[in-house]
Amino acid sequence: MQSRDTHPGVETPDEGELVARLKHGDPHACEVLVQLYGGRILSVARRILRDDEDARDVVQETFVSAFRGIERFSQASTLWTWLHRIAVNAALTKLRGAGRRYEQPIEPLLPAFQSDGHHVSSFVHWRTADRAIEREETRRLVRACIDRLPEPYRTVLLLRDIEELDIAETAQVLGVNPATVKTRLHRARQALRTLLDHSLRGTP
Amino acid sequence: MTCREFAEFLSDYVEGRLAPAVLVEFERHLAECPNCVSYLQNYQETIALGRAAFTELDAVVPREVPDDLVRAILQAIGRPPFSR
Repeated sequence: MQSRDTHPGVETPDEGELVARLKHGDPHACEVLVQLYGGRILSVARRILRDDEDARDVVQETFVSAFRGIERFSQASTLWTWLHRIAVNAALTKLRGAGRRYEQPIEPLLPAFQSDGHHVSSFVHWRTADRAIEREETRRLVRACIDRLPEPYRTVLLLRDIEELDIAETAQVLGVNPATVKTRLHRARQALRTLLDHSLRGTP
Repeated sequence: MTCREFAEFLSDYVEGRLAPAVLVEFERHLAECPNCVSYLQNYQETIALGRAAFTELDAVVPREVPDDLVRAILQAIGRPPFSR
């Protein structure tokens, strides 16, 4: 797979030089930045929002915020990391503003225990995941199951396992404490396991 | 350690955050409880499947940003595109 920091058809400029040109208001540098990272920002926004129109709005908001705030960019992180965080924040703001849709409660998807602490259910190793992972059908199934997670759990799973924010960053963008992030992530993974189990148990 | 306690520590275990004393108890339970072995395997595969579901999507989604969106962004910041 191609490096995440390059893009076909767009010459990758030196990052320090690009930042300097952006800070001087070079209009061509603005376009270079959009061409370099716009597609990836669009993917991030689509994952979080699941709506193409909203995702496009977030891409626009991200770059507008970035250009207006470029003076504050200190190069303590890479441009991509900086843009990614702006986009995640913008997408979460939009998500919070959107109407609530039907969500399954999380509790029935968590493991149940007997009074002596043993699991109520028996589990079988799927054993098929390595091969199943290669199939688009499986990937679609997993995305559909993630979509069925209650929103606070889906969001934490996306930010931690997919967008790869660390616990402190996730806590910051969601406005919750790190312990809440850890608890929600664990429950989200357990719930996703339950949803996947119905389909992957016994997959040939 | 019971299965219920084992389940509570799963997340810290897969992220390598278990304190050494808890890790000993965790692994002892793992050695004794095939049901929790399966649960742990499913849990780890769930994380891997979640990551792959979107990573692979990224690979098929063109990295290029649509032209009309580029134009809209550059117009929004008052920098009309040069190259088109």
